[in-house]
Amino acid sequence: MVNFLDLHAISKRFGGVVALRNVDLSLPAGEVHCLVGENGSGKSTLIKIIAGVLRPEPEGRIMIEGREYPHLNPVQSTACGIQVIYQDLSLFPNLTVAENIAVGRHLGPPQVVNWRTIRTTAEAAIARIGASLDPFARVEDLSIASRQLVAISRAMAADARLVIMDEPTSSLTRHEVDALIRLVADLKHSGISTVFVSHRLDEVMEIAERVTVLRDGAKVGDFPATEMNDKKLATLMTGKAYAYETSAPDFSRAKTVLSVERLTRTGQYEDVSLDIHAGEIVGLTGLLGSGRTEFALSLFGMNPPTSGKIRLNGKRLALKTNAQAIAEGIAYVSEDRLTLGLVLEQPIASNILVTVLDKLTNRLGLVPEANRKRAAQKWIQDLAIKTPDPDNAVKTLSGGNQQRVVLAKWMATGPKLLILDSPTVGVDIAAKDGIYEVIKALAANGVAILLISDEIAEVYYHAQRVIVMRQGRLVSQCIPHDSSEAELQAVVDA
Amino acid sequence: MTLAVSRPSFSPVLQRFRRSHEFWLLAVILALCLVLSLATNSFLTLQNLFDLLTSNAFVGIMASGLLVVLIAGGIDISFTATASVAQYVALTLAIRYGLGWFAMFAIAGAIGIACGAINALFITRLRISSIIVSIATLNIFYGLLIFFSGGRYITSLPKFFRDGVWWFEYDDASGTPYALNLQILVLALAFLSAWLLLNRTNIGRQIYALGGNKDAAQRLGFHVVRLNFLVYGYLGLIAGIASLVQAQLAQSVTPTVLVGKELDVLAAVVLGGASLTGGVGTVFGAILGVALLAILQNGLVLLGVSSYWNQWFVGLTILCAVSITAWRDRRRRSAKAIA
Repeated sequence: MVNFLDLHAISKRFGGVVALRNVDLSLPAGEVHCLVGENGSGKSTLIKIIAGVLRPEPEGRIMIEGREYPHLNPVQSTACGIQVIYQDLSLFPNLTVAENIAVGRHLGPPQVVNWRTIRTTAEAAIARIGASLDPFARVEDLSIASRQLVAISRAMAADARLVIMDEPTSSLTRHEVDALIRLVADLKHSGISTVFVSHRLDEVMEIAERVTVLRDGAKVGDFPATEMNDKKLATLMTGKAYAYETSAPDFSRAKTVLSVERLTRTGQYEDVSLDIHAGEIVGLTGLLGSGRTEFALSLFGMNPPTSGKIRLNGKRLALKTNAQAIAEGIAYVSEDRLTLGLVLEQPIASNILVTVLDKLTNRLGLVPEANRKRAAQKWIQDLAIKTPDPDNAVKTLSGGNQQRVVLAKWMATGPKLLILDSPTVGVDIAAKDGIYEVIKALAANGVAILLISDEIAEVYYHAQRVIVMRQGRLVSQCIPHDSSEAELQAVVDA
Repeated sequence: MTLAVSRPSFSPVLQRFRRSHEFWLLAVILALCLVLSLATNSFLTLQNLFDLLTSNAFVGIMASGLLVVLIAGGIDISFTATASVAQYVALTLAIRYGLGWFAMFAIAGAIGIACGAINALFITRLRISSIIVSIATLNIFYGLLIFFSGGRYITSLPKFFRDGVWWFEYDDASGTPYALNLQILVLALAFLSAWLLLNRTNIGRQIYALGGNKDAAQRLGFHVVRLNFLVYGYLGLIAGIASLVQAQLAQSVTPTVLVGKELDVLAAVVLGGASLTGGVGTVFGAILGVALLAILQNGLVLLGVSSYWNQWFVGLTILCAVSITAWRDRRRRSAKAIA
């Protein structure tokens, strides 16, 4: 079978930065392919070269159905049947479904619009993918899933032979993803190739035949999709092995930061006692309804206990509000706030210092530039954040360095106790690793950490002690270093 | 997922119209007309209708041009200065060299296009926000005009220009003559040409697309820079033409008379449903927006309300209309979120 697309030795440099290095890619007609890589791995650059938006370095060759091009322009690329569906879908929200689908007909020299052609083109494309869309509805009134169907219909209306979809499932429900998978299978039958572009192991890989992995602008390799799993892909994408080991440092001589004695809130949890030392990570797990979140919220002042004592560094606390808890040095980070807590467009320095601005003020209540610079510089050095300038936007940083900014932000507040509730929900494996690094670094700085999680592996490998709650009671404590993951799992499930 | 594919019957079109901004605007205008017809004897007369059209022609013609710029996602408030310059230069040359209609309109139009192109140049090449560019050019164009003209009026206009257009004269029972004058003629042509451009040409649809999603328009291969030159040039051309229509009505050229009207025009177009963020707006809406403000002001005069209240009512109307639209949008969004 002749390949629809062959790329040979594609490189791309932006100034001195190499975005792509010698990438080959071959795509048989009708193949469903996945292109994966971390942010900054060069996948967007590669797509833009295929779409004709960017020109590769002269040594590269692009072959489409056996015909060679030194580079493409957008018009050639479209004429060859290449259609890119960007993550934002590139639709016109103010126009109708029909006009969005047939928008290619508006290209070209000034002419009179033939509205009937617009409508029949759109209806044919909608019928082609078996969708049911009202051609006269405005796109802004449609759901995300329907908008995606409009974008795919538009690709069909342009006689696509290759459809490239950038992160197509990021805002779809499982049900909608299934519909997309059926649609792609249908395209495959008509000889149309599909490339999914993603930074994680996507649900769409269920129908992918091959996976190409990019890392730092170079191709790591291509692999049969059946051989792929989450862990293997993460290792290929990042070049890091994600094998964790348990550890059992001795905290007997460390200061006790949190001391909870027979804490009870009637109807929610009962008789919970717990100590956490400076620098210690204690895991807390248990099934839904075990009372673990209610307990954690009590520590944070949001769910006052009916009886029992909470001490922080020996000081007895009677917390009524979370403002009091924060003032005492307790921080509570729910779900994915660890990654969402950054304002990506804002400077690194501002992100780090946003929590502590009141500590940097002078007598007039203003923040002198020198104070701000000095404080930001300190954190950037301490955590080895790789940036030429603290005033660069956070989004200019790599994922790992962004994680360090989050870390700096938390460390700047100087928390004594940090409660993390499910910090890695919905995060890919490489980003998870970054979060674990953050947690470990915080602990190494003497913060006591309560890590709440559903994932047994998470608490097993990243906490030095794991507490299991069931029906409001603390039922078991285990030292991961002295037991196995399976044993811990058995305790939770019992 | 939405409704099944269906052929458009007449009723869905009507239903869509019933939900549209234009429908509500039309309802308000009709209600206002009804009230004014009952409250005064002079509102619902042919005489008043002709007066309304003639005296609001400048704002209406400008609205048809500004609409195109707003739909493309831009804004321009320098057009009144452009019009002042075009008017002054075209009529000065016409008087000095004895030029006719065509040459006059050609000069005014060319000046307008040139001024629009200057705006487009800064907006597209340097990517300066269009409002800032046009505030600056408004002052530059106007400042140069005042400097070179010394603020002097031109009153001795050519005879054929003063006579203007007087076609299809018709006398009513009392012997009052009516006719199609230059103002009404150009007003109708301006709206027609905007409608044809926006709805019947691919360039017009590209303008809507550009205003709706600039990045997508660029990715599809639309010439965004060219489109910008086109819309600002178009508004400039319209400003040049409108300036002569206004001068003919005023029977003189006063360099200071037009600048200051730009916000009236903007208000009318926005009242007509055009969005300042681009991509949204219709010629019919713009016509209704101009009509509502015109009828409101006319009605206040006929009712004998002190002209001091004029601006107060205009402001209130704009605020109400914009609030109702925003409120309906919010309700529609939340209804959708629940569904």
